[in-house]
Amino acid sequence: MIFESFPPALILLTAALLAVIARPNARAIILLVAPLITLWAIWSLPEGVLLTTRFLGYPIEPLEVTPVRRMFATVFTIMAFAGALFSFRTAKTAELGAAFAYASGAVGVSFAGDLISLFIWWEMMAIFSTIVIWCGGTEASRRAGIRYAMMHILSGVLLKIGIEGVYVHTGSLDIVAMQALNLNIFALQPIDIDIWLLLAGVLINAAAPPFSAWLPDAYPETSPTGAVFLSAFTTKTAVLALILLFPGQQVLIWVGLYMVFYGIIMALLENDARRILAYSIINQVGFMVTAVGIGTELALNGAALHAFAHIIYKALLLMSAGVVMYRTGLRRCTDLGGLFRTMPVTCICGIIGALAISSFPLTSGYTTKTMISVAAEHEHLVFVWYMLAAASAGVFLHAGIKFPWFVFFQKDSGLRPKDAPWNMAAAMIFFAFLCIALGVYPDPLYAMLPNHAVVPVYKPEKLVFYLQLLLFSGLAFFLLLDYMKRTNTITLDLDWFWRVAIFNAGNWVFDQTTRIRGGMEKAFVGWLKSKEETIEDLSERDGFILRATSATGLGALYVMILLTLYVFVYYLE
Amino acid sequence: MAKKPEQPEQAPGHDHWLVRPENIRKMWIWSSVVLGLTVIAEFFTGSAGHFGGPDQWFGFPAIFGFLSCCAMVFGAKVLGMILKRKDDYYDL
Repeated sequence: MIFESFPPALILLTAALLAVIARPNARAIILLVAPLITLWAIWSLPEGVLLTTRFLGYPIEPLEVTPVRRMFATVFTIMAFAGALFSFRTAKTAELGAAFAYASGAVGVSFAGDLISLFIWWEMMAIFSTIVIWCGGTEASRRAGIRYAMMHILSGVLLKIGIEGVYVHTGSLDIVAMQALNLNIFALQPIDIDIWLLLAGVLINAAAPPFSAWLPDAYPETSPTGAVFLSAFTTKTAVLALILLFPGQQVLIWVGLYMVFYGIIMALLENDARRILAYSIINQVGFMVTAVGIGTELALNGAALHAFAHIIYKALLLMSAGVVMYRTGLRRCTDLGGLFRTMPVTCICGIIGALAISSFPLTSGYTTKTMISVAAEHEHLVFVWYMLAAASAGVFLHAGIKFPWFVFFQKDSGLRPKDAPWNMAAAMIFFAFLCIALGVYPDPLYAMLPNHAVVPVYKPEKLVFYLQLLLFSGLAFFLLLDYMKRTNTITLDLDWFWRVAIFNAGNWVFDQTTRIRGGMEKAFVGWLKSKEETIEDLSERDGFILRATSATGLGALYVMILLTLYVFVYYLE
Repeated sequence: MAKKPEQPEQAPGHDHWLVRPENIRKMWIWSSVVLGLTVIAEFFTGSAGHFGGPDQWFGFPAIFGFLSCCAMVFGAKVLGMILKRKDDYYDL
């Protein structure tokens, strides 16, 4: 076999480079064929560490294959294919190239056998995803992209320090389950701090608290096609990293549950259809993080399965919202409504995605997410199980019904846009098909897992349980519709602290120092006048500071420091 | 209400069947029937509960789903009173 030790990520990366320089027709072929070759490459790889080399003197393993890694790489590649199909006719060349480089980063992370490779691929994802955001082309996307980049630089720095610490204190760069987190902050060993930093770096990428806001801030500002790519990779590579590095760390159960409810509540308050979907990414990743926290084989499999299904239905939902935005230029629920009349394909595909995210029986969400609840059940985590059940109801409420209802039904907005162009429709139908196929016949998906540790989900009592839970949530939605009327508002998030509070505090300090300096100048001039000496007189004196000469290099240094500070403060908002 | 005869006159044949009031009424009725059936079905399948608590009560998922949704909607409403701002808040 040609591909027995060839990193599949490089195929997508090459495609990204070629796509940027190719003519439009050739570009389409490159973008559609490269993921298929990558898939072939992924499935040609045997299991084990297939590549070892040295990087800056460190031993690295850029290619390690295990079933769960292959599963993530597979879905990332399928996503790249469908994303390309969805966007190749409308997206900017730069966006397509960046999106593919971003996807290659995700595949690279999937197979990274050591922390350095993981870090490198991850940083590549951060760079190219920022470019995808900037390809939104608006002032809002430019600003959101900068905030996004800063957040990922922070995550990268934490990750880097953590990795260096782990290497120094353990002598190993292997990606293995880390020791249990030390929750007693008064008795932290150096290695504990390394592990906490590593976890923090990964969790920022998973959009965990307190840094969840970067996701709903950045993703909705992209082009109609950009969000489709963004929804798939960053948070899910973080889930994979959590599965590999932090299985069974109990703190993740609580982080995950927070994310689950944070996503629901914020989405309920939101008016922007794409931001609703962005919040629901955090909600869904919360289920996966909780599962990693539970940490049994079934729970970890549930997390991996759910990530697989999630990438597909979430991309489908964002495709549906993307088509609406592409056709109407609108994203706010208050501006939309009644689109089902002229956009049947987009509407039906959106509904299928919405049912899948709600884990409705016969959709992929049901055959995957149920595994997580069952894992909680097996571990007798009573509270966690109740919370997950309430959250499942909440998902139907905020994404399952709210999204399609406000965009496609609700009221007649008078808009009569055309349905999706053929390629967008094809991508949506492909993913809608997968959502149902994996719901009806999940066995091929289960077969990808290690030890095939799954439980049967189509039991009559389970079906009745979920049907009751979901349908009565639907009843609650329509009965409480008056309380969910959308308004032209946003909801403040923790990012308020760095977008407003710290920014204003910085301005205040700046104003105060300016005032103090003004006061001092005045006092100094007053003092000079009292001495009845003028500046001119003083400057005549030899060695006085006003006529002393110093190297221009020093001046340049001062200017540079000032400019750096200025840029830093400027980028805070 | 007077809406029903008006709409066909204003836009004959253009009013989608999904939004006609008489059909919306039918949908409510059929949905209620389906809701009822899911609860009745529990008689035959038994409860999916595991812990021996309220999760094994008859109709638990229906009530739990409904009430948790109400709690989330009203919870969000309360939070919204504090956290909602005009959507150009950050643009200013």
